[in-house]
Amino acid sequence: MPTVVFTSNLKRHLDCPPQQVSGGSLHDVLKSIFSDNPKLVSYIVDDQFRIRKHILISIDNELITDRIHLTDKVTSESKIYIFQALSGG
Amino acid sequence: MKPIALIATRKGLFKLDSEHNISEVAFIGDPVSMVLTDNKNNVWYAALDLGHFGVKLHRSDDQGQSWKEVSAPSYPQTDDKAKGDSLELIWCLEFAEPGNPDKLWAGTVPGGLFFSEDGGQHWALNQTLWQFKQQQEWFGGGFDHAGIHSICVDPRDHNEIKVAVSCAGVWVTKDAGKTWQNQSEGMRAAYMPPEQEFDPIIQDPHRLVQCPSNPDVLWVQHHNGIFSSIDNSQSWQEYKEVPPSTFGFATVVHPQDANKAWFVPGIKDESRIPVAAQLVVTRTTDGGKTFESLSEGLPQQACYDLVFRHALDIDTTGEKLLMGSTTGNLWLSDNQGDKWQCLSNYLPPIYAIRFIE
Repeated sequence: MPTVVFTSNLKRHLDCPPQQVSGGSLHDVLKSIFSDNPKLVSYIVDDQFRIRKHILISIDNELITDRIHLTDKVTSESKIYIFQALSGG
Repeated sequence: MKPIALIATRKGLFKLDSEHNISEVAFIGDPVSMVLTDNKNNVWYAALDLGHFGVKLHRSDDQGQSWKEVSAPSYPQTDDKAKGDSLELIWCLEFAEPGNPDKLWAGTVPGGLFFSEDGGQHWALNQTLWQFKQQQEWFGGGFDHAGIHSICVDPRDHNEIKVAVSCAGVWVTKDAGKTWQNQSEGMRAAYMPPEQEFDPIIQDPHRLVQCPSNPDVLWVQHHNGIFSSIDNSQSWQEYKEVPPSTFGFATVVHPQDANKAWFVPGIKDESRIPVAAQLVVTRTTDGGKTFESLSEGLPQQACYDLVFRHALDIDTTGEKLLMGSTTGNLWLSDNQGDKWQCLSNYLPPIYAIRFIE
């Protein structure tokens, strides 16, 4: 199952330990995470369910390319990091 | 010690007590864009702008001892995700009905007005006003997108509400938001081409305040200068000759005397520093016939402080004024601005100040 790890800075605001989730795309993965932890939604995506401007996400060490529709592929072995850009604080 | 005011800053929420001590309340390190207090019910709200992680709203039911995150307003999802709007800032918060800490209005960037009747658990975008924004293509003032920074709930009838928009002038509803009318007649925008100077839709009021005891009187600090209305915003009068400058952001009105109003002037447009590096507060006590510069206790050399639009407040007696700056200075006056006392030089940049009522 894909594993998702969150930036430690997010832990200032929310409890968000690493999670193992199901899904074949980033969209699926996020939906799964948010269903377990609804408060996390507005911290990661904006009102249109796009990745927030100053949030970065990598899948297997590659930054995602589709921040709007979240179609980047995820495999069962994928490691997904959700972290913050250095800009925007 | 009982707190008398809250101070929302770039790096957290602070309180001032009656002995002039300043102490931390919450959210230290995080930007707090707005606060709202109902002391009768012990309810405080704080809006955060977390940058990376978006806009959040927190509520306390014990005067800041503990906080719970509630929902922030959210813009409706659109078919075209790439073009849809998203909340950028809670710029103002006001109670919708006196004595009810759960009914709230929130003015936001990018221009939406939201209503909550359950203490921020759920929010509804005011679609009528939003349609005007979309059709008229309001533009931003200070931010990339338009924003609502002032909400005046009429003390005679809470269904009558005035909001001020940067940049779309003053809008009024008399039916709790079902219908809206722009009431900016007389406002002037010298920064526009001559043919458009009086266009109501492009006016940039920086701050709108309404006198609680005489609600027909309103004062506006506009990008272009100082304006007032004595007919419940049916018309506006401009005051052009007010030294050292008519440019500024903040204004307050005396709660019992509509003829008394205060402003904090600066050099327009982009400079936004005190004229001659001397900080003064402008006051009228006769409804705009005359204005005076108040400087006692304020820095009169090498001062580059700017006072944001929500960073000047007046208490319910009309005697005390509290003013905070972008440089983290905080000044208190106990005598309507005649004399100021600096309470701190070391706060973070100050966004908003509220006396606790």
